[in-house]
Amino acid sequence: MAKIVTPFGPQHPVLPEPLQLNITYEDEKVVSVAPAIGYIHRGLEKAGELNDFPQNVFLVERVCGICSFMHGMTYCEAIEDIMGVEIPPRAKYLRVFYSELSRIHSHLLWLGLLADAFGFESLFMKYWAIRERIVDLMEMTGGHRIILSASCIGGVRRDLTDEQISIIEKTLLEVKNELDHVTPVILKDYTVKKRTVGIGVLSKEEALTLGAVGPVLRASGVAQDLRQTGYEAYGELGFEPIVETDGDSYARAVVRAREVYQAIELALEALHHLPEGEAQVKVKGNPNGETIQRVEQPRGEVLWYVKGNGTKNLVRMRVRTPTYAHIPALLKMLPGCEMADVPVVTLSIDPCISCTER
Amino acid sequence: MGIIQKSQLKSPWVLHYDCSSCNGCDIEILASLTPVYDIERFGIINTGNPKHADVLLVTGGVNRRNARVLKNLYNQMPEPKVVVAVGSCACTGGVFYNCYNILGGVDKVIPVDVYVPGCAARPEAIIDGVVLGLQKLKEKTQMKSEEVAK
Repeated sequence: MAKIVTPFGPQHPVLPEPLQLNITYEDEKVVSVAPAIGYIHRGLEKAGELNDFPQNVFLVERVCGICSFMHGMTYCEAIEDIMGVEIPPRAKYLRVFYSELSRIHSHLLWLGLLADAFGFESLFMKYWAIRERIVDLMEMTGGHRIILSASCIGGVRRDLTDEQISIIEKTLLEVKNELDHVTPVILKDYTVKKRTVGIGVLSKEEALTLGAVGPVLRASGVAQDLRQTGYEAYGELGFEPIVETDGDSYARAVVRAREVYQAIELALEALHHLPEGEAQVKVKGNPNGETIQRVEQPRGEVLWYVKGNGTKNLVRMRVRTPTYAHIPALLKMLPGCEMADVPVVTLSIDPCISCTER
Repeated sequence: MGIIQKSQLKSPWVLHYDCSSCNGCDIEILASLTPVYDIERFGIINTGNPKHADVLLVTGGVNRRNARVLKNLYNQMPEPKVVVAVGSCACTGGVFYNCYNILGGVDKVIPVDVYVPGCAARPEAIIDGVVLGLQKLKEKTQMKSEEVAK
Protein backbone atom coordinates (compact mmCIF):
# COMPACT_ATOMS: atom_id res chain seq x y z
CA MET A 1 0.00 0.00 0.00
CA ALA A 2 1.31 3.41 -0.97
CA LYS A 3 1.96 6.00 1.66
CA ILE A 4 -0.24 9.09 1.81
CA VAL A 5 0.64 12.40 3.47
CA THR A 6 -2.32 14.28 4.93
CA PRO A 7 -2.20 17.60 6.75
CA PHE A 8 -3.90 17.71 10.16
CA GLY A 9 -4.63 21.38 10.63
CA PRO A 10 -3.87 24.31 10.70
CA GLN A 11 -7.63 24.74 10.50
CA HIS A 12 -9.27 21.67 12.05
CA PRO A 13 -12.60 21.36 13.91
CA VAL A 14 -11.00 19.52 16.84
CA LEU A 15 -8.32 22.10 17.51
CA PRO A 16 -9.37 25.55 18.63
CA GLU A 17 -5.91 26.69 17.59
CA PRO A 18 -3.83 26.16 14.46
CA LEU A 19 -1.28 23.37 14.82
CA GLN A 20 -0.19 21.63 11.67
CA LEU A 21 0.85 17.99 11.68
CA ASN A 22 1.80 16.50 8.33
CA ILE A 23 0.93 12.87 8.94
CA THR A 24 2.07 10.00 6.72
CA TYR A 25 -0.45 7.15 6.63
CA GLU A 26 -0.10 3.62 5.37
CA ASP A 27 -3.61 2.21 4.98
CA GLU A 28 -5.22 3.87 8.01
CA LYS A 29 -2.18 3.57 10.26
CA VAL A 30 0.02 6.54 11.12
CA VAL A 31 3.61 5.92 10.03
CA SER A 32 5.32 9.20 10.76
CA VAL A 33 4.49 12.75 11.77
CA ALA A 34 6.15 16.06 10.90
CA PRO A 35 4.93 19.08 12.87
CA ALA A 36 4.84 22.56 11.34
CA ILE A 37 4.43 25.30 13.90
CA GLY A 38 4.57 29.08 13.75
CA TYR A 39 0.93 29.85 13.00
CA ILE A 40 0.51 31.73 16.28
CA HIS A 41 3.99 33.16 16.65
CA ARG A 42 3.61 36.81 17.64
CA GLY A 43 7.04 37.82 18.85
CA LEU A 44 5.95 38.34 22.42
CA GLU A 45 9.43 37.94 23.92
CA LYS A 46 10.71 40.85 21.84
CA ALA A 47 7.69 42.95 22.75
CA GLY A 48 8.58 42.29 26.39
CA GLU A 49 11.85 44.10 25.83
CA LEU A 50 10.11 47.10 24.24
CA ASN A 51 7.56 47.64 27.03
CA ASP A 52 8.23 48.82 30.58
CA PHE A 53 8.59 45.95 33.02
CA PRO A 54 5.34 46.70 34.94
CA GLN A 55 3.45 46.90 31.62
CA ASN A 56 4.75 43.44 30.77
CA VAL A 57 2.49 41.88 33.42
CA PHE A 58 -0.48 42.54 31.16
CA LEU A 59 1.39 41.32 28.10
CA VAL A 60 2.56 38.04 29.62
CA GLU A 61 -0.95 37.29 30.86
CA ARG A 62 -1.80 37.08 27.19
CA VAL A 63 0.84 34.47 26.37
CA CYS A 64 -2.08 32.10 26.78
CA GLY A 65 -5.67 32.85 27.68
CA ILE A 66 -6.22 29.62 29.62
CA CYS A 67 -3.28 29.74 32.03
CA SER A 68 -3.04 33.53 31.94
CA PHE A 69 -2.82 33.94 35.71
CA MET A 70 0.06 31.46 35.99
CA HIS A 71 2.15 33.29 33.39
CA GLY A 72 1.50 36.62 35.07
CA MET A 73 2.34 35.14 38.47
CA THR A 74 5.59 33.52 37.30
CA TYR A 75 6.72 36.75 35.68
CA CYS A 76 5.92 38.70 38.86
CA GLU A 77 7.79 36.09 40.93
CA ALA A 78 10.80 36.49 38.64
CA ILE A 79 10.84 40.30 38.95
CA GLU A 80 10.34 40.04 42.74
CA ASP A 81 13.23 37.58 42.90
CA ILE A 82 15.56 39.98 41.05
CA MET A 83 14.52 42.98 43.13
CA GLY A 84 14.57 41.08 46.44
CA VAL A 85 10.95 41.80 47.28
CA GLU A 86 9.30 39.61 49.91
CA ILE A 87 5.56 39.44 49.30
CA PRO A 88 3.10 39.33 52.22
CA PRO A 89 1.84 35.86 53.34
CA ARG A 90 -1.73 36.73 52.37
CA ALA A 91 -0.58 37.33 48.79
CA LYS A 92 1.08 33.90 48.73
CA TYR A 93 -2.13 32.16 49.73
CA LEU A 94 -4.17 34.25 47.30
CA ARG A 95 -1.78 33.28 44.51
CA VAL A 96 -2.28 29.61 45.39
CA PHE A 97 -6.04 30.15 45.33
CA TYR A 98 -5.99 31.87 41.94
CA SER A 99 -3.61 29.24 40.52
CA GLU A 100 -5.85 26.40 41.61
CA LEU A 101 -8.91 28.20 40.24
CA SER A 102 -7.11 28.45 36.89
CA ARG A 103 -6.21 24.77 37.11
CA ILE A 104 -9.84 23.72 37.73
CA HIS A 105 -10.97 25.90 34.84
CA SER A 106 -8.29 24.55 32.50
CA HIS A 107 -8.81 20.87 33.34
CA LEU A 108 -12.60 21.11 33.01
CA LEU A 109 -12.15 22.85 29.67
CA TRP A 110 -9.77 20.12 28.50
CA LEU A 111 -11.99 17.25 29.68
CA GLY A 112 -14.81 18.80 27.68
CA LEU A 113 -12.65 19.17 24.58
CA LEU A 114 -11.49 15.54 24.90
CA ALA A 115 -15.12 14.41 25.04
CA ASP A 116 -15.78 16.49 21.93
CA ALA A 117 -12.76 14.93 20.17
CA PHE A 118 -14.20 11.44 20.36
CA GLY A 119 -17.69 12.67 19.58
CA PHE A 120 -19.28 12.55 23.04
CA GLU A 121 -20.98 15.90 22.68
CA SER A 122 -23.29 15.77 25.69
CA LEU A 123 -20.32 15.19 28.00
CA PHE A 124 -18.57 18.18 26.40
CA MET A 125 -21.62 20.34 27.11
CA LYS A 126 -21.85 19.02 30.66
CA TYR A 127 -18.22 19.80 31.49
CA TRP A 128 -18.44 23.25 29.99
CA ALA A 129 -21.62 23.98 31.93
CA ILE A 130 -19.77 23.13 35.16
CA ARG A 131 -16.82 25.21 34.02
CA GLU A 132 -19.08 28.27 33.72
CA ARG A 133 -19.49 28.18 37.51
CA ILE A 134 -15.72 28.50 37.92
CA VAL A 135 -15.58 31.22 35.29
CA ASP A 136 -18.22 33.13 37.25
CA LEU A 137 -15.98 32.90 40.33
CA MET A 138 -13.07 34.21 38.29
CA GLU A 139 -15.19 37.12 37.13
CA MET A 140 -16.28 37.88 40.66
CA THR A 141 -12.75 37.79 42.11
CA GLY A 142 -10.38 38.63 39.27
CA GLY A 143 -12.66 40.95 37.33
CA HIS A 144 -12.64 38.99 34.09
CA ARG A 145 -13.96 35.70 32.83
CA ILE A 146 -10.74 34.48 31.24
CA ILE A 147 -7.80 36.83 31.67
CA LEU A 148 -7.32 36.86 35.44
CA SER A 149 -5.31 40.01 35.94
CA ALA A 150 -4.97 39.42 39.68
CA SER A 151 -1.20 39.23 40.11
CA CYS A 152 1.04 42.28 40.21
CA ILE A 153 4.67 42.92 41.11
CA GLY A 154 4.71 42.92 44.91
CA GLY A 155 1.70 40.75 45.62
CA VAL A 156 -1.89 40.35 44.49
CA ARG A 157 -3.98 43.19 43.14
CA ARG A 158 -7.35 41.62 43.93
CA ASP A 159 -7.93 40.88 47.59
CA LEU A 160 -10.89 38.76 48.68
CA THR A 161 -13.60 39.96 51.04
CA ASP A 162 -15.24 37.63 53.61
CA GLU A 163 -18.47 37.70 51.61
CA GLN A 164 -16.62 36.61 48.47
CA ILE A 165 -14.87 33.81 50.36
CA SER A 166 -18.17 32.38 51.58
CA ILE A 167 -19.61 32.48 48.03
CA ILE A 168 -16.46 30.78 46.68
CA GLU A 169 -16.55 28.01 49.29
CA LYS A 170 -20.22 27.35 48.60
CA THR A 171 -19.74 27.31 44.83
CA LEU A 172 -16.67 25.07 44.93
CA LEU A 173 -18.53 22.50 47.03
CA GLU A 174 -21.45 22.63 44.59
CA VAL A 175 -19.05 22.17 41.68
CA LYS A 176 -17.59 19.16 43.46
CA ASN A 177 -21.07 17.66 43.82
CA GLU A 178 -21.82 18.25 40.15
CA LEU A 179 -18.49 16.67 39.20
CA ASP A 180 -19.36 13.57 41.20
CA HIS A 181 -22.09 12.94 38.64
CA VAL A 182 -19.94 13.54 35.57
CA THR A 183 -16.48 12.19 36.43
CA PRO A 184 -17.62 8.50 36.57
CA VAL A 185 -18.45 8.83 32.87
CA ILE A 186 -14.80 9.64 32.06
CA LEU A 187 -13.54 6.98 34.46
CA LYS A 188 -15.91 4.09 33.73
CA ASP A 189 -17.90 4.61 30.53
CA TYR A 190 -17.44 1.89 27.90
CA THR A 191 -17.32 4.26 24.90
CA VAL A 192 -14.79 6.55 26.58
CA LYS A 193 -12.54 3.61 27.44
CA LYS A 194 -12.90 2.19 23.93
CA ARG A 195 -11.52 5.40 22.45
CA THR A 196 -8.75 6.07 24.98
CA VAL A 197 -7.41 2.92 26.66
CA GLY A 198 -4.12 1.75 25.15
CA ILE A 199 -4.04 4.59 22.61
CA GLY A 200 -1.08 6.95 22.36
CA VAL A 201 1.07 5.09 24.87
CA LEU A 202 4.12 6.87 26.27
CA SER A 203 6.29 4.72 28.51
CA LYS A 204 7.99 6.01 31.65
CA GLU A 205 11.45 5.94 30.06
CA GLU A 206 10.25 7.71 26.91
CA ALA A 207 8.47 10.36 28.96
CA LEU A 208 11.65 11.10 30.90
CA THR A 209 13.91 11.01 27.82
CA LEU A 210 11.65 13.28 25.76
CA GLY A 211 11.29 15.78 28.59
CA ALA A 212 7.54 15.48 29.12
CA VAL A 213 6.16 17.51 32.02
CA GLY A 214 3.00 17.86 34.07
CA PRO A 215 0.03 15.51 33.68
CA VAL A 216 1.62 13.71 30.70
CA LEU A 217 4.64 12.78 32.82
CA ARG A 218 2.49 11.86 35.81
CA ALA A 219 0.26 9.67 33.64
CA SER A 220 3.38 7.73 32.65
CA GLY A 221 4.15 6.92 36.27
CA VAL A 222 6.61 9.63 37.33
CA ALA A 223 5.56 11.41 40.51
CA GLN A 224 6.90 14.80 39.59
CA ASP A 225 5.01 17.97 40.30
CA LEU A 226 6.65 21.37 40.70
CA ARG A 227 4.25 22.22 43.48
CA GLN A 228 6.31 19.81 45.57
CA THR A 229 9.09 22.41 45.57
CA GLY A 230 6.80 24.49 47.77
CA TYR A 231 6.78 27.79 45.88
CA GLU A 232 4.35 30.43 47.16
CA ALA A 233 2.33 28.71 49.92
CA TYR A 234 2.33 25.17 48.51
CA GLY A 235 4.95 24.10 51.05
CA GLU A 236 2.53 24.83 53.88
CA LEU A 237 -0.45 23.07 52.29
CA GLY A 238 -0.68 19.28 52.26
CA PHE A 239 -0.09 18.01 48.77
CA GLU A 240 0.63 14.71 46.99
CA PRO A 241 1.10 14.46 43.20
CA ILE A 242 -1.45 12.31 41.36
CA VAL A 243 0.13 9.46 39.41
CA GLU A 244 -1.15 6.89 36.92
CA THR A 245 1.08 4.22 35.42
CA ASP A 246 -0.42 3.25 32.05
CA GLY A 247 0.80 6.26 30.04
CA ASP A 248 -2.06 6.11 27.51
CA SER A 249 -4.70 8.70 26.66
CA TYR A 250 -7.00 7.24 29.30
CA ALA A 251 -4.37 7.63 32.05
CA ARG A 252 -3.86 11.25 31.05
CA ALA A 253 -7.61 11.86 31.24
CA VAL A 254 -7.79 10.17 34.65
CA VAL A 255 -4.88 12.23 36.01
CA ARG A 256 -6.61 15.43 34.99
CA ALA A 257 -10.03 14.31 36.21
CA ARG A 258 -8.52 13.51 39.63
CA GLU A 259 -6.48 16.72 39.67
CA VAL A 260 -9.67 18.77 39.43
CA TYR A 261 -10.73 17.36 42.82
CA GLN A 262 -7.26 17.97 44.21
CA ALA A 263 -7.30 21.56 42.94
CA ILE A 264 -10.70 22.15 44.58
CA GLU A 265 -9.28 20.81 47.87
CA LEU A 266 -6.18 22.99 47.59
CA ALA A 267 -8.19 26.11 46.73
CA LEU A 268 -10.50 25.54 49.71
CA GLU A 269 -7.54 24.87 51.97
CA ALA A 270 -5.78 28.04 50.82
CA LEU A 271 -8.92 30.04 51.62
CA HIS A 272 -9.26 28.29 54.96
CA HIS A 273 -5.70 29.21 56.00
CA LEU A 274 -5.79 32.72 54.48
CA PRO A 275 -3.70 34.96 56.79
CA GLU A 276 -4.80 38.48 57.70
CA GLY A 277 -2.94 41.54 56.51
CA GLU A 278 -1.98 43.35 53.34
CA ALA A 279 -2.04 41.58 49.98
CA GLN A 280 0.44 43.85 48.25
CA VAL A 281 3.66 45.72 48.97
CA LYS A 282 4.91 48.80 47.16
CA VAL A 283 7.86 48.12 44.88
CA LYS A 284 10.32 50.85 43.92
CA GLY A 285 13.25 50.84 41.53
CA ASN A 286 14.13 48.81 38.47
CA PRO A 287 15.24 45.17 38.19
CA ASN A 288 18.97 44.59 37.84
CA GLY A 289 20.06 40.98 37.42
CA GLU A 290 18.73 37.75 36.03
CA THR A 291 16.67 34.84 37.30
CA ILE A 292 14.83 31.67 36.37
CA GLN A 293 11.41 30.86 37.78
CA ARG A 294 9.47 27.63 37.42
CA VAL A 295 5.80 27.06 38.16
CA GLU A 296 3.46 24.10 37.74
CA GLN A 297 0.82 25.13 35.22
CA PRO A 298 -2.29 23.06 34.41
CA ARG A 299 -0.30 21.60 31.50
CA GLY A 300 2.99 21.17 33.33
CA GLU A 301 6.13 23.02 34.13
CA VAL A 302 6.65 26.50 32.73
CA LEU A 303 10.05 28.14 32.86
CA TRP A 304 10.59 31.88 32.79
CA TYR A 305 13.93 33.58 32.34
CA VAL A 306 14.08 37.34 32.97
CA LYS A 307 17.11 39.61 32.75
CA GLY A 308 17.16 43.29 33.64
CA ASN A 309 19.94 45.91 33.58
CA GLY A 310 18.64 48.53 36.02
CA THR A 311 16.50 50.39 33.51
CA LYS A 312 12.73 50.14 33.16
CA ASN A 313 13.11 47.95 30.08
CA LEU A 314 14.19 44.33 30.35
CA VAL A 315 17.18 43.02 28.42
CA ARG A 316 15.74 39.58 27.80
CA MET A 317 12.57 37.69 28.55
CA ARG A 318 12.27 34.00 27.70
CA VAL A 319 9.54 31.46 28.35
CA ARG A 320 9.52 27.71 27.81
CA THR A 321 6.01 26.37 28.05
CA PRO A 322 4.76 22.81 28.73
CA THR A 323 3.28 22.18 25.28
CA TYR A 324 6.64 22.97 23.72
CA ALA A 325 8.05 20.11 25.78
CA HIS A 326 5.18 17.84 24.77
CA ILE A 327 5.55 18.07 21.00
CA PRO A 328 8.43 15.51 20.86
CA ALA A 329 6.34 13.23 23.09
CA LEU A 330 3.37 13.66 20.74
CA LEU A 331 5.52 12.61 17.78
CA LYS A 332 6.35 9.44 19.69
CA MET A 333 2.72 8.71 20.62
CA LEU A 334 1.15 9.13 17.18
CA PRO A 335 2.97 6.53 14.99
CA GLY A 336 1.12 3.21 15.06
CA CYS A 337 -2.30 4.59 15.92
CA GLU A 338 -5.35 4.71 13.65
CA MET A 339 -6.34 7.76 11.60
CA ALA A 340 -9.49 8.23 13.71
CA ASP A 341 -7.44 8.33 16.91
CA VAL A 342 -5.20 11.21 15.81
CA PRO A 343 -7.48 13.95 17.26
CA VAL A 344 -7.79 12.12 20.60
CA VAL A 345 -4.05 11.52 20.95
CA THR A 346 -3.24 15.09 19.90
CA LEU A 347 -5.67 16.46 22.46
CA SER A 348 -4.41 14.13 25.18
CA ILE A 349 -1.27 16.25 25.63
CA ASP A 350 -3.56 19.26 26.17
CA PRO A 351 -1.99 21.31 23.39
CA CYS A 352 -1.78 25.04 23.96
CA ILE A 353 -0.31 26.40 20.78
CA SER A 354 -0.38 30.06 21.76
CA CYS A 355 1.84 29.14 24.72
CA THR A 356 4.17 27.13 22.52
CA GLU A 357 4.74 29.77 19.89
CA ARG A 358 4.24 32.92 21.93
CA MET B 1 -35.21 35.95 -1.68
CA GLY B 2 -35.35 32.24 -2.32
CA ILE B 3 -35.73 29.56 0.30
CA ILE B 4 -31.96 29.01 0.59
CA GLN B 5 -31.29 32.70 1.25
CA LYS B 6 -34.09 32.87 3.82
CA SER B 7 -32.91 29.80 5.67
CA GLN B 8 -29.33 31.07 5.60
CA LEU B 9 -30.46 34.04 7.71
CA LYS B 10 -32.44 31.84 10.08
CA SER B 11 -29.64 29.34 10.58
CA PRO B 12 -26.20 30.76 9.77
CA TRP B 13 -23.26 28.40 10.21
CA VAL B 14 -20.10 29.83 11.68
CA LEU B 15 -16.51 28.96 10.98
CA HIS B 16 -13.96 29.83 13.62
CA TYR B 17 -10.32 30.47 12.90
CA ASP B 18 -7.60 31.50 15.34
CA CYS B 19 -5.13 33.93 13.76
CA SER B 20 -2.49 34.16 16.49
CA SER B 21 -4.72 35.15 19.37
CA CYS B 22 -3.97 34.24 22.98
CA ASN B 23 -6.74 31.60 23.19
CA GLY B 24 -8.95 33.77 25.37
CA CYS B 25 -11.38 34.74 22.61
CA ASP B 26 -11.33 31.20 21.20
CA ILE B 27 -12.54 29.65 24.41
CA GLU B 28 -15.14 32.41 24.68
CA ILE B 29 -16.38 31.47 21.20
CA LEU B 30 -16.60 27.85 22.35
CA ALA B 31 -18.27 28.99 25.57
CA SER B 32 -20.96 30.74 23.54
CA LEU B 33 -21.76 27.36 21.94
CA THR B 34 -22.22 25.61 25.28
CA PRO B 35 -25.28 25.51 27.59
CA VAL B 36 -25.05 28.81 29.47
CA TYR B 37 -24.95 31.02 26.37
CA ASP B 38 -26.19 28.50 23.80
CA ILE B 39 -25.77 30.27 20.49
CA GLU B 40 -27.75 27.44 18.88
CA ARG B 41 -31.01 29.11 19.92
CA PHE B 42 -30.33 31.54 17.06
CA GLY B 43 -29.88 28.55 14.76
CA ILE B 44 -26.13 29.07 14.75
CA ILE B 45 -23.97 25.96 14.43
CA ASN B 46 -20.18 25.72 14.50
CA THR B 47 -18.80 24.01 11.43
CA GLY B 48 -15.29 22.99 10.52
CA ASN B 49 -15.76 23.29 6.79
CA PRO B 50 -15.39 26.72 5.16
CA LYS B 51 -17.53 25.59 2.22
CA HIS B 52 -20.53 25.20 4.55
CA ALA B 53 -20.00 28.43 6.48
CA ASP B 54 -21.80 31.77 6.26
CA VAL B 55 -20.07 33.66 9.06
CA LEU B 56 -16.31 33.68 9.68
CA LEU B 57 -15.26 34.39 13.26
CA VAL B 58 -11.61 35.46 13.37
CA THR B 59 -9.63 36.02 16.55
CA GLY B 60 -6.15 37.46 16.94
CA GLY B 61 -4.02 39.98 15.14
CA VAL B 62 -3.00 37.83 12.10
CA ASN B 63 0.67 36.98 11.69
CA ARG B 64 2.61 36.54 8.50
CA ARG B 65 2.27 32.77 8.38
CA ASN B 66 -1.43 32.80 9.14
CA ALA B 67 -2.46 35.48 6.63
CA ARG B 68 -2.30 33.02 3.72
CA VAL B 69 -4.45 30.47 5.56
CA LEU B 70 -7.00 33.14 6.47
CA LYS B 71 -7.25 34.36 2.86
CA ASN B 72 -7.62 30.78 1.75
CA LEU B 73 -10.48 30.13 4.17
CA TYR B 74 -12.19 33.39 3.22
CA ASN B 75 -11.98 32.59 -0.49
CA GLN B 76 -13.40 29.11 0.04
CA MET B 77 -16.56 30.43 1.73
CA PRO B 78 -19.56 30.85 -0.59
CA GLU B 79 -21.06 34.32 -1.19
CA PRO B 80 -22.76 36.07 0.57
CA LYS B 81 -20.58 35.88 3.67
CA VAL B 82 -19.84 37.94 6.77
CA VAL B 83 -16.57 38.33 8.65
CA VAL B 84 -16.67 39.07 12.40
CA ALA B 85 -13.41 40.17 14.02
CA VAL B 86 -13.57 38.94 17.62
CA GLY B 87 -11.44 40.65 20.27
CA SER B 88 -9.20 43.66 20.49
CA CYS B 89 -6.34 41.89 18.68
CA ALA B 90 -8.56 41.07 15.71
CA CYS B 91 -9.76 44.70 15.59
CA THR B 92 -6.43 46.52 15.88
CA GLY B 93 -3.64 44.22 17.07
CA GLY B 94 -4.46 44.98 20.70
CA VAL B 95 -1.82 44.24 23.31
CA PHE B 96 0.41 42.74 20.62
CA TYR B 97 0.49 45.98 18.56
CA ASN B 98 4.30 46.22 18.82
CA CYS B 99 5.10 42.56 18.16
CA TYR B 100 7.21 42.15 15.03
CA ASN B 101 5.18 39.30 13.58
CA ILE B 102 1.73 40.87 13.94
CA LEU B 103 0.17 42.55 10.92
CA GLY B 104 -2.30 44.41 13.14
CA GLY B 105 -5.93 43.53 12.68
CA VAL B 106 -7.89 41.19 10.45
CA ASP B 107 -8.90 44.04 8.15
CA LYS B 108 -5.32 44.22 6.87
CA VAL B 109 -5.91 40.87 5.16
CA ILE B 110 -9.63 40.40 4.46
CA PRO B 111 -12.65 42.78 4.57
CA VAL B 112 -14.31 42.83 8.01
CA ASP B 113 -18.03 43.50 8.56
CA VAL B 114 -18.38 43.52 12.35
CA TYR B 115 -15.80 44.41 15.00
CA VAL B 116 -16.29 42.92 18.47
CA PRO B 117 -13.99 44.64 20.99
CA GLY B 118 -12.90 43.22 24.34
CA CYS B 119 -9.88 41.37 25.71
CA ALA B 120 -11.12 38.69 25.82
CA ALA B 121 -14.47 39.47 24.17
CA ARG B 122 -17.36 38.24 26.30
CA PRO B 123 -19.72 35.58 24.88
CA GLU B 124 -22.59 38.11 25.01
CA ALA B 125 -20.55 40.48 22.86
CA ILE B 126 -19.67 37.69 20.42
CA ILE B 127 -23.32 36.63 20.08
CA ASP B 128 -24.28 40.29 19.62
CA GLY B 129 -21.61 40.61 16.93
CA VAL B 130 -22.86 37.57 15.04
CA VAL B 131 -26.48 38.78 15.22
CA LEU B 132 -25.34 42.20 13.92
CA GLY B 133 -23.49 40.37 11.18
CA LEU B 134 -26.72 38.66 10.15
CA GLN B 135 -28.23 42.06 9.29
CA LYS B 136 -25.24 42.64 7.03
CA LEU B 137 -25.76 39.19 5.55
CA LYS B 138 -29.38 40.13 4.77
CA GLU B 139 -28.27 43.34 3.04
CA LYS B 140 -25.70 41.42 1.03
CA THR B 141 -28.26 38.80 0.03
CA GLN B 142 -30.70 41.48 -1.11
CA MET B 143 -27.99 43.27 -3.09
CA LYS B 144 -27.05 40.02 -4.74
CA SER B 145 -30.65 39.11 -5.66
CA GLU B 146 -31.14 42.61 -7.10
CA GLU B 147 -28.02 42.14 -9.22
CA VAL B 148 -29.34 38.84 -10.45
CA ALA B 149 -32.75 40.44 -11.25
CA LYS B 150 -31.03 43.08 -13.42
